[in-house]
Amino acid sequence: MSRLQVVSGKGGTGKTTVAAALALALATQGKRTLLVEVEGRQGIAQLFETEALPYEERKIAVAPGGGEVYALAIDPELALLDYLQMFYKLGGAGRALKKLGAIDFATTVAPGLRDVLLTGKACEAVRRKDKAGRFVYDYVVMDAPPTGRVTRFLNVNDEVAGLAKIGPIHNQAQAVMRVLKSEETAVHLVTLLEEMPVQETADGIAELRSARLPVGRVIVNMVRPEVLDATDLELVRTVPRTAVAQALSAAGLGGARRGGKAEQLVDPLLTQAAEYAERYALEHEQRAVLAELDLPRHELPLLAEGMDLAGLYELATELREQGMS
Amino acid sequence: MTPDPDPAQEPAQDGARRLAHAPALDVDALLDDPNTRIVVCCGSGGVGKTTTAAALGLRAAERGRKVVVLTIDPAKRLAQSMGIDSLDNVPRKVKGTEDRGAASRGDSAAADGERRAGGELHAMMLDMKRTFDEVVEAHADAERAAAILANPFYQSLSAGFAGTQEYMAMEKLGQLRARDEWDLIVVDTPPSRSALDFLDAPKRLGSFLDGRLIRLLTAPAKLGGRAGMAFLNVGMSMMTGTLGKLLGGQLLKDVQTFVSAMDTTFGGFRTRADATYKLLQAPGTAFLVVAAPERDALREAAYFVERLAAEDMPLVGLVLNRVHGSGADRLSAERALAAAENLEAAFVEAAENLEEPRIVDQGGGKAGLRNSPDTYGSSESPAPVPSASRPDESPSSGPEDMTDESPSSETPDRTVDQLTAGLLRLHAERMQLLSREQRTRDRFTARHPEVAVVEVAALPGDVHDLAGLRDIGDRLAAGRPELP
Repeated sequence: MSRLQVVSGKGGTGKTTVAAALALALATQGKRTLLVEVEGRQGIAQLFETEALPYEERKIAVAPGGGEVYALAIDPELALLDYLQMFYKLGGAGRALKKLGAIDFATTVAPGLRDVLLTGKACEAVRRKDKAGRFVYDYVVMDAPPTGRVTRFLNVNDEVAGLAKIGPIHNQAQAVMRVLKSEETAVHLVTLLEEMPVQETADGIAELRSARLPVGRVIVNMVRPEVLDATDLELVRTVPRTAVAQALSAAGLGGARRGGKAEQLVDPLLTQAAEYAERYALEHEQRAVLAELDLPRHELPLLAEGMDLAGLYELATELREQGMS
Repeated sequence: MTPDPDPAQEPAQDGARRLAHAPALDVDALLDDPNTRIVVCCGSGGVGKTTTAAALGLRAAERGRKVVVLTIDPAKRLAQSMGIDSLDNVPRKVKGTEDRGAASRGDSAAADGERRAGGELHAMMLDMKRTFDEVVEAHADAERAAAILANPFYQSLSAGFAGTQEYMAMEKLGQLRARDEWDLIVVDTPPSRSALDFLDAPKRLGSFLDGRLIRLLTAPAKLGGRAGMAFLNVGMSMMTGTLGKLLGGQLLKDVQTFVSAMDTTFGGFRTRADATYKLLQAPGTAFLVVAAPERDALREAAYFVERLAAEDMPLVGLVLNRVHGSGADRLSAERALAAAENLEAAFVEAAENLEEPRIVDQGGGKAGLRNSPDTYGSSESPAPVPSASRPDESPSSGPEDMTDESPSSETPDRTVDQLTAGLLRLHAERMQLLSREQRTRDRFTARHPEVAVVEVAALPGDVHDLAGLRDIGDRLAAGRPELP
């Protein structure tokens, strides 16, 4: 099991939720995981129903069996000062740089430097050991940028190592790349059973593979329960309306005669079934596309009650049962 | 349309489809108004921003305006259907638009000959690197432009520093507006890491290019000989020394070359950024925040509404995509579930009475296939057939209480009962979704009662042709979802 688990996905697929559920799942049995946020959206704090996370690692959840989940929202500016301090003891110069706008420059404008800092911080957490020489975190789960950008994001150190051909930044970039391209890392993509997210997942996997980044698993999120199966859907097309009206009436929903309450329900219910059938067919097509990717695949259910903390634990259990942790 | 709901029947459900107190957004009035020159669609990723932008553009064109749609990252099939899948960074005329101006709608004023001449739709997909290159080429002499374009630092910057896409989208918008060839420009915004980056990008790049750091980086070359500046130079060389140590000498040199090339040619970069920003605040601009009735998307939308207000950007409303409705919304989830259980209980009972003596174990092999409907479906002959028994759907203990061989006259009814139970369960699920969406929207409306809202009904599939976009356009204009 890779120690750095990167979770990406198209916008709207719930990648933050999946990352958080994965961090919980990996933390069971007394393990400790760090959940890292790199996009400054405070999505993790909202999921765990806590106040906004500062730039420090803090415990946000206890997993079943005594494990712990820590979370960190990386602030690129603070990460840079951190980094300057750690490598160069540049405390004072760091402040001077900040005054001049150099930190702004480095974290927002300079190509990729921001991403170098973000990936660098995550890799540092992966490698960090305590005094006894044990890893501080058993796993680090990163809520990464969306699929369209994740390859560039993870690969930024390659680019920087090419731009800065010597010097400490060059060395740091190469050290990060060694972690990201090794078996210590797995990049998972979250998708829905819809055309665009699936297409983006397929494209994203191709990009990751061509950059030689380790692709992990595909996680299909918000899978709706199968209420009607293929046989039912076949029948929907041929069933006499009156028979359905009678069945509804028998179930206590009013009169089956024309204009009766049960009879009035028939058309809307059949329309809903037809919509369901269309979606059902689309979902099958998309499952087939995903199957061709030849990657382990997990499916997480759509939570009827919407996403909340209890739901997060439910998804974590689901991931564990499916052998993802 | 479906029969009118009986308001007396289940008052709790009545009105569930309406947004309490939220004013309705009149999309056609917005698109038809000649003063509307720019529509910016913004919102978080995955809410249908690009589709909304394209649908608005098509609708405006078909109502007689000359429109250009600037998309950032359209889905492949949508781009193909609009003929903009090739990345050449210039607007292309979209074929296949129809004239659906006011006259074809039977509008009396239009019948008098006031109908505007046929509109046109142009569309383009943003190529950010190409746009950046164009800016450089437009503002530098050939030799300097070549030097900038070849600079490795520039190449990396233009291909994707955080904010390039946002900045270039705004740059392109400024260019399109300056050409004044179109009545209306509809812009899609990039799927930003923070939905607000595109507002900040011009300022950020402008302030960087105008800032102290850039003067510092370019200074050593300029200040070289001036004695009075000597003290500054000491600080400077210490600083560049530090930067050099950090970045590596070559990179620093690349940065310095780049910056000094930019500095002389882009003197007015800030002016450009400010002009774009002012364009966004101008009265002819209309911001539409796009969202889906989901917690995260609406939270982002609320944040966006607040930010636009803080920046004095003209927000006209919220487009709420993928809203679900039901033609049977007077039947609550609870009642539907109870009725489904009634039916299931009845046919299980019937099955037990009928079939107890004839145990067939054929169903046993299928019972495990509950989650693989394709296998299951294909192994069955087409329904309705008497053998359409479904061991996996039976709520009772095991597969052996059903049989594949019951030709009795009871069977078709039982199958219909099963199907009806399924329809009711499907409905219950829909009603649960509806009330979840309603709660989410109510939270937004409570926070921003002033924001006009238009709802667009969810479609079962994706949109990838003009007909689909036209359908979305109709839904946008109708203001309320067409209920199934």
